[in-house]
Amino acid sequence: MSSWFNKVFPNVINLGWTGDTGWASSIYQTLFMTFWSAIFGGILGIVFGVILVLTKENGVKPNKFWFNLCDKIVSIFRAIPFIILLAFIAPVTQIIAGTQIGMNAALVPLSLGVFPFYARQVQVALESVDQGKIEAAQSLGATTWDIIFNVYLNEARSELARVSTVTIISLIGLTAMAGAIGSGGLGNTAISYGYQRFNNDVTFVATLLVVILIFIVQIIGDFLAKHLNHQNR
Amino acid sequence: MGIIELQHVNVDFPDKKREVVHAVHDVNLTIEKGDIYGVVGFSGAGKSTLVRTINLLQKPSGGNIKVNGTDFIKDGKQVISNKDLQLARRKIGMIFQNFNLLNEITVVENVAFALKHSGLKDNEVEEKSLKLLELVDLKEKAEFYPAQLSGGQQQRVAIARALANEPDILISDEATSALDPQNTQQILDLLKKLKDELNLTIVLITHEMSAVKKICDKVAVMQQGEIIEKGNLRDVVLHPKNTLTKSFVGGSLEVINTLKSLNLSNLNDEEAIYQLIYSVANVTKTIIIDLYREIGVEASMLYGNVELLDDEPIGTLLVLVKGDNEKQQQTVQFLEKEQVAVTRLNEKGDLYE
Repeated sequence: MSSWFNKVFPNVINLGWTGDTGWASSIYQTLFMTFWSAIFGGILGIVFGVILVLTKENGVKPNKFWFNLCDKIVSIFRAIPFIILLAFIAPVTQIIAGTQIGMNAALVPLSLGVFPFYARQVQVALESVDQGKIEAAQSLGATTWDIIFNVYLNEARSELARVSTVTIISLIGLTAMAGAIGSGGLGNTAISYGYQRFNNDVTFVATLLVVILIFIVQIIGDFLAKHLNHQNR
Repeated sequence: MGIIELQHVNVDFPDKKREVVHAVHDVNLTIEKGDIYGVVGFSGAGKSTLVRTINLLQKPSGGNIKVNGTDFIKDGKQVISNKDLQLARRKIGMIFQNFNLLNEITVVENVAFALKHSGLKDNEVEEKSLKLLELVDLKEKAEFYPAQLSGGQQQRVAIARALANEPDILISDEATSALDPQNTQQILDLLKKLKDELNLTIVLITHEMSAVKKICDKVAVMQQGEIIEKGNLRDVVLHPKNTLTKSFVGGSLEVINTLKSLNLSNLNDEEAIYQLIYSVANVTKTIIIDLYREIGVEASMLYGNVELLDDEPIGTLLVLVKGDNEKQQQTVQFLEKEQVAVTRLNEKGDLYE
């Protein structure tokens, strides 16, 4: 078995398990980037999504200025292709992360790249909450914070789990591109050590690992979306 | 002074073409403490819009609104701060056609949500929530999720939630419209019981006159954003002034359904359908026989029903009368003399024009 593996995947073995270019490192880098940019981008996305829903014309706190501001920011960031965004915001990255390259630096463009996508999904998820529930909460004398947390976010939680899954999966896709600024990760392994060196076996294994990772995220997401749902829809 | 006072209330909606739709037009309504006040009308009449101005879920464009002695709106301007409005709303319970329970939390948590700012400790909130569920006879479902309950049960949870902060007023916005007749009856009985026990004032919006007849003391009839008739239920039912009211008080839905199923497509000039409403106690004689004896017209019965209005039996009859124009007029005069409210309908159950 192991000699067969050695023969078919020689370069995979050569890269080793540990070390800067090892498989453990690249898996760790992908997970690290996905996790932290999901947290930062997720918080930004939820904040923007909530503001968009609250300040829209028939919202709980209608406000044209804030709605338009958030709406435009989200639209503009969504319009920039990620690979260009990486370069475009490099000066900002420098200020926030203190460097323009590496895994930590990649968190800035990753978070900014994923948040508009997520904000739109959150907006749609929250708008699926029946307006009647909002009215009922208002008739009970609920505060705006009650309505945000107890009604909007909690009632849409299954839908939020679903859109978060979609977002994290697309985020894993983005981390592959972050290799362009030296962030490492499985995507970088597939391109730099696989494709560019004609080591097809490395590309194959890196791709396989990304696919497995995405499957795991999808399964957890489906489970949560189902488990958190107590409504008949 | 009423517990709810609406003066010259207007609600305008801007249309897409910049035209203004007057959803509610110059409405005056005073509701006294302890009333069960019905607001009826066909859908689109503006009932919901009007009643939503009581707790400012709908901001009016003009008029004065005073609830429980506190001015909410003066000359179309909100004079209560948003913070005070939140507090005032806790004293105005509201239930809805679609129940509007929070689906991701349990029944008891739904009731507890209303008590979030009550200042009670967690265990006191739970205790009170369970007590409220006991009041609506649903304590054993406390740990269920709303989706696991029937419509009638969900509405009872909504009632418990609306009553959590011990309100003085309960607004019911088509609360029985999504329910079957049995559940409707249960909810109406419950509302009446709670009104007596908790000293509530209830505003009941509905398009079903039968619901109003079952529990209301007073009624206002709305059409195209205006109140066209209001007063004590008995007066309005037995002596309706407006033609729309006349057709409405007859138990409209059943009457219309009866006529539709009869398929009376070809009424000739000498046939007319009348809806008769009368207090059974007043009409001791057999009016159908008298009609034949005195005027010589044949009246065939299409539909008949007797309902109790505050323990007073009120009859509704639908008759087809055959006779020429003169005979028809005599018939109406004769019936009105006998204190019967007469309304001529066409074969579809609408007002005869």
